[in-house]
Amino acid sequence: MSGGPTTTSPTAGGSTPAAEPSWTADEMMSIAAARSLRDGQACFVGIGLPSTAANLARRLHAPNLVLIYESGTVDTRPDELPLSIGDGILAASALSVVSVPEIFNYWLQPGRIDVGFLSGAQIDRFGNINTTVIGEYDEPQVRLPGSGGAPEIAASCREVIVVMRHRTRAFVERVDFVTSVGHGSGPQDRAVLGLPGAGPVRVITDLGVLEPDPDTAELVLTALHHGIGVEQVHAETGLELDVSADLMITAAPSETELSTLRGMRTVGDPR
Amino acid sequence: MSLPQAVSELVRDGDTVALEGFTHLIPFAAGHEIIRQGRRDLTLVRMTPDLVYDQLIGAGCAKKLVFSWGGNPGVGSLHRMRDALATGWPVPLALEEHSHAGMANRYVAGASGLPFAVLRGYAGTDLPLHTDTISTVVCPFTGERLAAVKAINPDVTVIHAQRADRAGNVQIWGIVGVQKEAVLAARRSLVTVEEIVDELAPTPGAIVLPHWVVDAVVEVPRGAAPSYADGYYDRDNAAYRAWDKISRDRPAFQQWLAELREEAA
Repeated sequence: MSGGPTTTSPTAGGSTPAAEPSWTADEMMSIAAARSLRDGQACFVGIGLPSTAANLARRLHAPNLVLIYESGTVDTRPDELPLSIGDGILAASALSVVSVPEIFNYWLQPGRIDVGFLSGAQIDRFGNINTTVIGEYDEPQVRLPGSGGAPEIAASCREVIVVMRHRTRAFVERVDFVTSVGHGSGPQDRAVLGLPGAGPVRVITDLGVLEPDPDTAELVLTALHHGIGVEQVHAETGLELDVSADLMITAAPSETELSTLRGMRTVGDPR
Repeated sequence: MSLPQAVSELVRDGDTVALEGFTHLIPFAAGHEIIRQGRRDLTLVRMTPDLVYDQLIGAGCAKKLVFSWGGNPGVGSLHRMRDALATGWPVPLALEEHSHAGMANRYVAGASGLPFAVLRGYAGTDLPLHTDTISTVVCPFTGERLAAVKAINPDVTVIHAQRADRAGNVQIWGIVGVQKEAVLAARRSLVTVEEIVDELAPTPGAIVLPHWVVDAVVEVPRGAAPSYADGYYDRDNAAYRAWDKISRDRPAFQQWLAELREEAA
């Protein structure tokens, strides 16, 4: 599953929560997400959690990871984390900077990108993502930022990895608005819609990992992060979630992973 | 020409106005001048409405927003935009919502003199249910069904660039976003620049908009702050973070607005 240096291991009997871990759930999530990227891949990166994880991967096991942001920065190697997808540090450290029409039309649309790395406010059973509204479109309870590049990233990258925090309001039966298509309403939908990429292959949260069942395309819990119990995942999931018979445990963060993550500073943050 | 003069001549009530700049080179000074001149009923177009559109919306300049991602990047929501949408304060705001790929292609069609653009996009998403400038077209050669988006041709596009020469040729480098397309798609255009120079030194990766496609060039040093101008100054991330507090609170915003209106351009 993971090409990273630290792999998962099968559960040995009951999952006994470890003693107080020395890392946060967010740190575990970023580290697990970073491990899921392979060296040499071309990765279209969303801002926020995906950007943190992708930059962490580049500092750990994937120095040749090609990071592409929708601002048109190709193969960028920022030494600090950008606050936005168009920060100057991304342009200054990029192999190439292209226009926004070019990044979408020439680079994303024809399927040249291996991995789309996304987040969202809501995700459903079939990995469809909502970043538009909570509630009705015309009178929403919460107005979210909207699409950005995500719909076409989700459509055209060879595969999609989603990074988001595990909360009942975020993991729902049906998203209120389909901003970006995961597997639609079943395993055939992407082909019917003419979406070239494979769609979400993995959802990495702060509690574990979900992957689509190959037969139904429904998300199934396939791994628990070190020290997390299944009941904790169910309590934070707003839909009936199946648990894989081969449930894995994500290896605990290594010292190197933790110190690298903690050493990453966002541009403009106080030193 | 001064900035107030250029805005007064080129931006009119009821216009469709695009202020472009993808994080980089956002034309804040020109946006603030539009607020000072009290423009009304604008249809504001921008891929990534952020602070400057939150400010224009809060000041009551806009009746409609055409966009693909609205937020304060890395910080949070645009609360003036949310307030206008939820309560109609200070005036109601209509939305026309796209994806980035859709908006970029709408500008490309506009710049190309075509009525629409074709892309692989939107399939299976809920956006076409709410946005009537998204449709589908069948490829005459393969029969493939593709997304079609209507061209954008703003009445006026406003951008900020690093340099222009005295003839009005404009040079832009770094993250160039969709500015070239937005200017070429527009009926009129206004470019503010960091400096006007005798001669444009060739710069790797720079694009140049020739003087005969630009209506007005105005020298406005720091005209993109608190966004940034590659080669001149950095993004003021602290200002983006500080905006969140002002934007959340109507009285705080009104005080900000009063101070802006008192400043001379």
